[in-house]
Amino acid sequence: MKEKLKELAQQAREKILGAASVAEAESFRVEYLGKKGKVTDILKSMKDLAPEERKSLGQAANETKAQIEKLITDKMAELKALARQAQLAAETIDVTEPGTVVPLGTRHLITQTIDEITRIFTSMGFSVSEGPEVETVFYNFDALNAGPNHPARDMTDTFYIDDKVLLRTQTSPVQVRTLLAQKPPISVIAPGRCFRCDTPDATHSPMFHQVEGLVVDEGITMADLKGVLDSFAKQMFGSSTRTNFRPHHFPFTEPSAEMDVSCFKCGGKGCRVCKGSGWIEILGCGMVHPNVLKVGGLDTEKYTGFAFGMGVERIAMLKYELDDIRLLYENDIRFIEQFK
Amino acid sequence: MLVPIRWIKDYTDVNVGVHEFVDRMVLSGSNLETVEYFGQGISGVVIGRIKKIERHPNADKLLVCQIDVGKGAPVQIVTGAANIFKGALVPVCLDGSHIPGPLHGQPKTEDGVTIHNGQLRGVDSFGMLCSCSELGFDDKVVPVVSKDGIWILPDEFEPGQDLVEAMGLDDAVVDFEITPNRPDCLSMIGMAREASATFGTPLRYPETQCKKVAPEKSEDYIKVTIARPDLCKRYCCRVIKDIKVEQSPWWLQRCLMYSGQRPINNIVDITNFVMLEYGQPMHAFDIRTVRGAHIIVDTAADGEKFATLDGTERTLTGSMLMIKDAEGSTAIAGIMGGLASEIEADTSMVLVESANFLGDSVRRTSKALTLRTEASGRFEKGIDPNLAKDACDRFCYLVEALGAGTVLTGDVDVYPNVEKPVVLNIRASRMNKLMGIEIPTEQMTSYLNALEIKTEVNGDIITVTPPTVRQDLLIEEDYVEEISRLYGYDKLPVRIPAHTTEARLTPMQELRNRTKDILTALGLDEIQTYSFVSPKASDKVRIPEDSYRRQFIKLINPLGEDTSVMRTMILPNALEVLSTNWSRNIPAAAVFELGNTFFNNGKGADGLPEEKDALCLAAYGDREDFYLMKGRVEELLTLIGVKGFEFVTESADPSFHPGRCADILKDGEKIGVLGQVHPEIAESYGIDRPVYAAELEFKRISQLVDTEKKYEPLPKYPAMVRDFALVVTEATKAGDLEKTIRNTAGGLLESVKLFDVYRGVPVPPGCKSLAFSLTYRSKDRTLTDAEVNDINTKVLAALRDSFNAVLREI
Repeated sequence: MKEKLKELAQQAREKILGAASVAEAESFRVEYLGKKGKVTDILKSMKDLAPEERKSLGQAANETKAQIEKLITDKMAELKALARQAQLAAETIDVTEPGTVVPLGTRHLITQTIDEITRIFTSMGFSVSEGPEVETVFYNFDALNAGPNHPARDMTDTFYIDDKVLLRTQTSPVQVRTLLAQKPPISVIAPGRCFRCDTPDATHSPMFHQVEGLVVDEGITMADLKGVLDSFAKQMFGSSTRTNFRPHHFPFTEPSAEMDVSCFKCGGKGCRVCKGSGWIEILGCGMVHPNVLKVGGLDTEKYTGFAFGMGVERIAMLKYELDDIRLLYENDIRFIEQFK
Repeated sequence: MLVPIRWIKDYTDVNVGVHEFVDRMVLSGSNLETVEYFGQGISGVVIGRIKKIERHPNADKLLVCQIDVGKGAPVQIVTGAANIFKGALVPVCLDGSHIPGPLHGQPKTEDGVTIHNGQLRGVDSFGMLCSCSELGFDDKVVPVVSKDGIWILPDEFEPGQDLVEAMGLDDAVVDFEITPNRPDCLSMIGMAREASATFGTPLRYPETQCKKVAPEKSEDYIKVTIARPDLCKRYCCRVIKDIKVEQSPWWLQRCLMYSGQRPINNIVDITNFVMLEYGQPMHAFDIRTVRGAHIIVDTAADGEKFATLDGTERTLTGSMLMIKDAEGSTAIAGIMGGLASEIEADTSMVLVESANFLGDSVRRTSKALTLRTEASGRFEKGIDPNLAKDACDRFCYLVEALGAGTVLTGDVDVYPNVEKPVVLNIRASRMNKLMGIEIPTEQMTSYLNALEIKTEVNGDIITVTPPTVRQDLLIEEDYVEEISRLYGYDKLPVRIPAHTTEARLTPMQELRNRTKDILTALGLDEIQTYSFVSPKASDKVRIPEDSYRRQFIKLINPLGEDTSVMRTMILPNALEVLSTNWSRNIPAAAVFELGNTFFNNGKGADGLPEEKDALCLAAYGDREDFYLMKGRVEELLTLIGVKGFEFVTESADPSFHPGRCADILKDGEKIGVLGQVHPEIAESYGIDRPVYAAELEFKRISQLVDTEKKYEPLPKYPAMVRDFALVVTEATKAGDLEKTIRNTAGGLLESVKLFDVYRGVPVPPGCKSLAFSLTYRSKDRTLTDAEVNDINTKVLAALRDSFNAVLREI
């Protein structure tokens, strides 16, 4: 019997080690260790043997059984590992092929520029005001202290609907609307569309966007104007940006100024963008003219304020070095998607 | 305002380089346009005198000249110019000389032109005679005598002198932008006043007193009446006899040329010179033409015909102010003289007018006649009437100094209401309060005095008296500007005001932002198109004649028809954009615009039109179909918080495909439309493939938004799912089936989803198979098969009854 066991063990070993698949290896478990398996048969036949003999043979049979068991387990682990390896090899892909995306759309460059300006000013406590694009002559000119013969009133400069209604030429009328609607302290910006009689060319558009700003409170000074706009410039164009305020004239501010920023392309050394001057004119500003504050019914002894206005297209064009303003209104999606 | 540096030094001793001059003037308030340098790029050009002129032996149009260039033997030069004459002084480019060019009839080159000896038609030419424009001057400033040929120089120089050196051609001209509040700066004296204040150099006024006048008095020759003192503030004039019309001396010509004016003759040049110097327009009449020796300033007769000196006959109206004599009109006041009163070669006595006309009156007349002149522009901007006499005397002084005539004694000066300065009391404390600094009162007054503003200090109060040329100094704040600009804006402190306000966006602003976020996340690109459109765009998208979308706000002065009305919808603009992209071979485009539309219904405040936000989505491309566009709209409306909207078949919207269009309703109210753009419309935009679009009433939608959200407990009990497919006729709407399913199934139905649509065998033709998946769930127990089967059976029965829906095995 022991001889037979040995022979079985040897035979099983050869078969198991030669198994080519997990299923085949599994089949040997049935063949040798199953209910009707060959080792099981031997164990079953032992009941007729003498106790001594049974004991010794039983031990040998159990050992053989354990041996085979282990062989099968090991073989199966080996085969599984091989199979996994083969599977992984088969699943290898070219990771340099392009990724799959559902592409996001892009906000228009003008919107992005307004968004950025808005974000900076809201972080400084400004709210966002709005006014109509079709505006009255009163809000667009009269209330802003523009004299009855101000050249901007001409039909060659301003689009009219009738003698009292026009397309606003600036976002400044929102200053007046805000002063009439709110009490100080006021800090608002007003982005929006404006219109002037300019035939479209590389640098002109009959429709364009401005962002207006207005701050009115007790004790507002020119130092506040400089502080807020300098801070804006640093956030918008980079922390090393310097600002320069030059005296200028607007009917609705007194004193008035224009603000230049150090060129954000060359840092002020002089380049194509700043036309060699190192400075770029960015916005007009000034202390709110008392005549404008009076339209809002404010006590000009108590309240002072400053206002500013900037051209969105101009800033976008300078920042991204656009050479033609018409690109912004042509809406070629290849252009729009450049600013993703 | 062109400011030649050499000229301004006549009035104040600014001894700084051009760069520093410009920089400091800019910081004190003068805005720079450009700086132009003259006399650069000219070398080796000398002054020559023409000794002899002969015909070219081989060419009819060429002349052979012998020129004295101060080197003994004359130089032979061939020229084609016809305006030269023997004895004339001319600029001579000798061999190797360099000029800016361009040469006559050739294109401009960056580096200029070098002149070499050569031969013209077989005759040696040792250089070239050149014109004024070849030396870098604009055609419009070339002196009249040299206009169409060689520059005939004033006879003040010696042959052989270097041209640039002898004539002082090298000069920088600064072009300052003068803001409308400072017409006083449209003059050399005005700019010198600014420079004087900026650099602390004293201001020198020019000489105005004649040395020797004729004993006859001006008033013996002329009488002046101002019939309309409301339109003419002052009329000052003098008479000059023995007029000798000739070329002006070079110094005067140079001032004019460098200031953008063409030298004509001494009398005209002096009027222009004084105008540039003082800002006061002058006019010289031939006194023979002043009939009755009487100047009357009065309005024209209505319908009167008048020929101006540009040779045009003009029809006047009764509101136009004229200079008249005893018999009729001789000039349009402040705009242009009459053809008949022009200075002629034989003019021997002139009347020089230095008057002040009301700007508004000049503007109206100038506009009505569409006749703008240098003088009219200046009157419109505003001139100090106190300048008139000084300018008149200055004219006479220069006539005398140039030997152009003999000035008569005295003037005739009608000045009914003398213009007085606006005296103000300003507070030093208020100045400092607005500037955010503390500077001493004496510093303020020194700035003001430098601008010729007289000051008197009394405690905090400074009583200021500005020169009357400064018409812009009317209120306290105007003085803040004067003080702060001379103190230096750059030296003012910088402060960030404390946040006294809380930043917030309005719900509408937030909603617009969110909408743009969602739509870009859905893959659409944002576009921005003009708010004004062509009314024809409505025809193109077939808006019915009686639609409210045709009640346009119209511009009365549009640039053209394409931008003549305010848009009432965005679809045509979006289609225009798709058309542009399609024409550029871009295979797919999906875009949106969220912007204003305008309705001529007077519903806005202040009688303004109603402005409403509209939203348009539009797309073409392989991926696009109706359901993709619908899905975008559904996702957008759901995400922004519009609840319970529905889509109903719309087959009568002319902009859309009649079988592929839906109205978007909320509680029965239409809030938008979506569909495939009518293929003929797409074709009219040049797009020969399906275009899908949606136009939404964004403003109305913003009022329907409900962003309230409440926690709903997660389900504790399992769901039961029942799938079935139904065969129905093509005309049966999935949406209707879904409604019936929901109505019949009741509260245990959690969701219903159409997951497949199938056409083809074995489904009979004209029918389709719709596969639905119904999910049942209870919140408080596990459902049994039996009860769900029961409900499902009822649902199927209802569908069969209402739609003849036949259950199909799946």
